[in-house]
Amino acid sequence: MSKCRSCREPAVIDLPRHNANFCAEHFIQLCLRQMRRAIEDFSMFGPSDRLLVAVSGGKDSLALWDMLHMEGYSADGLYVGLGIGEYSDESGRIVRQFAAERGLVLQEIDLRNEYGFDIPTASRATRRVPCSACGLSKRHLFDDAAKRGGYDVLVTGHNLDDEAAVLFGNTLRWDVEYLRRQSPVLPAGGGFGRKAKPLVRLSEREMAAWCVVRGIDYVIEECPMAIGNRHLAYKEALAGIERSSPGVTASFFLGYLDRMAPLLAAAVEHDDPVPCRRCGAPTSAEGEDCAFCRLATTSSSHDPVPVRVVLDRRGRKAFDEQWGVPEGESDG
Amino acid sequence: MIVHLRQPRREVDVRGGRPARAVLNELGLAAEGHIVICNGTLVPSDTVLAEGDQVEIRPVVSGG
Repeated sequence: MSKCRSCREPAVIDLPRHNANFCAEHFIQLCLRQMRRAIEDFSMFGPSDRLLVAVSGGKDSLALWDMLHMEGYSADGLYVGLGIGEYSDESGRIVRQFAAERGLVLQEIDLRNEYGFDIPTASRATRRVPCSACGLSKRHLFDDAAKRGGYDVLVTGHNLDDEAAVLFGNTLRWDVEYLRRQSPVLPAGGGFGRKAKPLVRLSEREMAAWCVVRGIDYVIEECPMAIGNRHLAYKEALAGIERSSPGVTASFFLGYLDRMAPLLAAAVEHDDPVPCRRCGAPTSAEGEDCAFCRLATTSSSHDPVPVRVVLDRRGRKAFDEQWGVPEGESDG
Repeated sequence: MIVHLRQPRREVDVRGGRPARAVLNELGLAAEGHIVICNGTLVPSDTVLAEGDQVEIRPVVSGG
């Protein structure tokens, strides 16, 4: 049986990228150390800042909220009900339970009740892929909630594997503007609030392990609308390389931040955003609605679309296996 | 030995008395993309899973 590198007690997890095994106690210390290092290295926020944590019910955001709480930060949660059928119902239940058990403040926004649409409907109405409609909506609502609530920083649970996959995709396309913008911390400016990703030094396996070790209930199943998306394909490709070269994902992403990002910082010219004429959020389209307002206008006038209807064949199969076929929606 | 899998939820019956890594291999699951929980406790992949153990294997990759 493998032993903890720190205390020689039985290990609970093996981490090939660290070439080490850890018991629960020293694994927790390792994770907290990695998060502290990210917060300090990238000057994300200080102990007196008010944080708003975007929580989805998944392992990363709940682990992040738990870690920030352990470290004594003032961190409230924000949950957005996206209307993705039973998946959203379960996510909301888990987030509320997490907050209630710890006495944490949770703010909620329900897309359907407050904006008149949900993600499946937005995807159908605007012909966007579901993850695009979802990402656009969440970015807008997170920013808006942080600003309205007077929070100093919006923090999200993006982990090392998430960031490496995004970097991989942007590199494959040589999308220099997206590459330039990819950073663990984005300062406030141009109408946007400060944003930070304290988990960028921790892998998603480590975050799942954190939740198990800390007894955190989280949504294990993948969002049915994300199945087969491009981000997952990039992760799969990186995982294949990581398997034969443990640590390569971390060196790819952290090496980019250390050595490549500074070179790109001044390389691309970009226009300063202007306020959306409808909601005031920053946008690049002068005198027009921002992308979220355009999406909301189109989607809220569309009849509601059930989640299963907008899935491709693979997503529908996964949805049916997980949640069952809703009455009247059989493929025949 | 019954192993509980997720995404979707299902159970498979595999031979026990061997390391978790061997069970992952047999099921075609990459160790880097999963965690193994035995009798409610997280375990490393060299842990021998015995017949009668309550085993759950969870995927860790998410696409959001």
